[in-house]
Amino acid sequence: MSELKYDQKICTKCEKIDCLTRCQHIALDLEEARQEWMKILAGRDSRVLHECLTCYACEEYCPYHNHPFYLIVDRQEELSAWPVPVPLTKQQIAMMAPKGQIVAQKVSAPVINLCSFPMLAGSIQGKLFAGASIIGGNDLFCNIMWLHFAKNSVIRERLPKVINNLMDYYLKVSGVDELICFHDECFGTYTQLAPAFGIEVPFKPIHLFEYLTKKLTELKKEIRPINAKVAYQRPCSNRLVPETQHWVDEIFKLIGAIRPAREYEGENALCCGMVVQAAQRDDRADAIQKRNLDDMAAVGARYCVFNCPMCFMTLKGMVAERGMTPILISDLCRIALGEGFWG
Amino acid sequence: MEEIYRELVKIVGERFVSNQPEERFLYSRDPGTMEPHAPDWVVMPNTTEEVQKIVRLANRQKIPLVPMGGGLVLSGLSRPLQGGMVLDMKRMNRILEVNEASSYVVVEAGASQGMLQAYLKKHHPRLKHSIPDAPPIATIGGNVLIHGSGHLSAAGGFHSEMLNGLEVVLPTGEVARIGSCSASPYWFSRSPLPDLAGLFLGWHGTTGVVTKLAIKLFPARPWNDVGIFVIEDPELAPDIIRRLARVQVAEDILAWMSPKPDWAKGFQMINIAYGAETKAELTLKRDLIRESVRPYLERKVGGFMPLPPDMKVRFLEAPQSTLAVFADVNKGGGFEYVGAIMPVELFAPAFRKGLEIAESRKVPYSLGARIVGLAHCMMFFYAYAFNRADQADVRRAQTALEDTNAMVLEMGGIPWKAETPAQKQIIKKMDPNTFALMNRLRAVLDPQGIMNPGNWEA
Repeated sequence: MSELKYDQKICTKCEKIDCLTRCQHIALDLEEARQEWMKILAGRDSRVLHECLTCYACEEYCPYHNHPFYLIVDRQEELSAWPVPVPLTKQQIAMMAPKGQIVAQKVSAPVINLCSFPMLAGSIQGKLFAGASIIGGNDLFCNIMWLHFAKNSVIRERLPKVINNLMDYYLKVSGVDELICFHDECFGTYTQLAPAFGIEVPFKPIHLFEYLTKKLTELKKEIRPINAKVAYQRPCSNRLVPETQHWVDEIFKLIGAIRPAREYEGENALCCGMVVQAAQRDDRADAIQKRNLDDMAAVGARYCVFNCPMCFMTLKGMVAERGMTPILISDLCRIALGEGFWG
Repeated sequence: MEEIYRELVKIVGERFVSNQPEERFLYSRDPGTMEPHAPDWVVMPNTTEEVQKIVRLANRQKIPLVPMGGGLVLSGLSRPLQGGMVLDMKRMNRILEVNEASSYVVVEAGASQGMLQAYLKKHHPRLKHSIPDAPPIATIGGNVLIHGSGHLSAAGGFHSEMLNGLEVVLPTGEVARIGSCSASPYWFSRSPLPDLAGLFLGWHGTTGVVTKLAIKLFPARPWNDVGIFVIEDPELAPDIIRRLARVQVAEDILAWMSPKPDWAKGFQMINIAYGAETKAELTLKRDLIRESVRPYLERKVGGFMPLPPDMKVRFLEAPQSTLAVFADVNKGGGFEYVGAIMPVELFAPAFRKGLEIAESRKVPYSLGARIVGLAHCMMFFYAYAFNRADQADVRRAQTALEDTNAMVLEMGGIPWKAETPAQKQIIKKMDPNTFALMNRLRAVLDPQGIMNPGNWEA
């Protein structure tokens, strides 16, 4: 079992405890935060382990990249401080288990990995994805979602096998070394989580945003500017890779979308609410969703653009009720290219 | 025989009577495991008067008469065990009246669930009826008369409890009206008169031919949602179900347990469907439901599945289409179940014993329970799929069904719409005076013993 790469000394010396004092969901002053964090470091129970909504934000807030969120999740699992009722967790683990149905397949770059959302294959079409190979399914599921379920053990068990599947069934046999991650979660998994867990990644993950930026640049002459305000729903996993955020701005610039300044974006972004519902805190989820949607509406957004399919599925109805169009970012780009979009 | 055929032709016309082998074959069986029994004639009346004439003919000639709705009962109740006529009611499928003010509909006995559902959606979109999880061609009349249950049973009880009144052709040919419609132009209730509806409910067509009936309608709400509460300990189910039901918010509460898909195996899922006039009301109801099971949420031993709205759609379907998929899991389209009416406190043993039987008999199974009323009782179902073209497979399912019926009775439940062998098992357990009373009533109503003979007989 791989050990989490974090340095206890860094936390012990930390003066600001940003991971907890900046938490959007648990109110702690500096002294309380220090006390609770010391408990967590010592492997003792803490209210944080029970109140955490698993939004990933503390992973971004830590100025030392010392993986506070992963440590919280490890401790939740060690102390059985389950964020989600046990039967639901077990059921999800069974639901997302590898199916063993994978068949070796020759692919050619660009290889788009849809992870556990192969049903979105209809989105991979048009000029942006011409010639792309599409892969996906439970056998390629990145497994990062177990961070929401206090089940790092499942990540440690399944992720290396997924990486092997990607290599053995697709990339190695095809001589391809780059993998386009359609979903931000996969990019976060392969570039940030896997190293933190001591798991080797033998291919080069490329974020969908980077891929889109490159393709849109190539197709620049064909772009018809969107000329509309677009709100961006930042996925929780993007907290692991905040350095990718600039691609959103690049894409918006290329397609002529206006990104209005919002209260809840960047480090202050709000969760879509799905994991909060899984934690059986619907009242909190309602409040978070309302703040988020009010904020989108207040800036006059015409579209709400998503990367995460789960955020999309969770919020799209509510977004539409507010008169905005919910849309995946790849589909918004396709509109700018004069193509219809799927879904 | 030929003379009877000609008499029937005179009554309903040549197109609607048959003594041909194709029809006799089709009407000899249903999709369940019971042995076929062919009728001598199949006849499709169009009016109550035609039904009367057919009943009188059967009386004169002492010919067995078996009324049939959709023919989907699965337990073989409309097979003519002693030959004679099958009276197929499907032509009498008119929707006669919808009373919006008093929320009821009057239909002919052959009106199907799908027809009424579509009719209400088009003409009375704020009203709906309780739909069983049966194919849309299942009839309203048939389901009410077997004490069916459906998607509004948590709110309104058994479908027979939603019955306001009926018109029936007695086995001797007279037409009687039961309920308020016997003394009023309105079909609003069975009260306050002596309730004679019980003479025709649960009798499997042995006491008369129901030709019209009125059932209660319920509000069709613009906002609808479903919560799916998941546990992995069936011992917890009765208390959880009681709590969920007693909030008095659910329209339907349905527990389901199945080895497929893989993620369902070992868990008990409880669907709670509810509707509201506004989104705020829907949220309030969701919160009330959630609050009712708070102790289980806090102990982390159960919780509501986090499902985006898109994924909930199929759980809000009425009827549920997933059952059709299960019914053909072995291919060959064979499907039958024991529906056991029993107290909710028997949930855990009912589940465990059902599992034992299915696994020991090696039949694909799906178990579940539809909650009736505020957890006043449940219809616990043990569904077994089989390939009708494979006799060994049919026999395996048959044995599992027989074992299940025996187990249900032993536990204190009662098999619903029981096959004739199960009826005999029930009669053995029944108070002898009750059975004697049934026989006396039947003898009075049907002196010639022509109505669906072979049923409810020792």
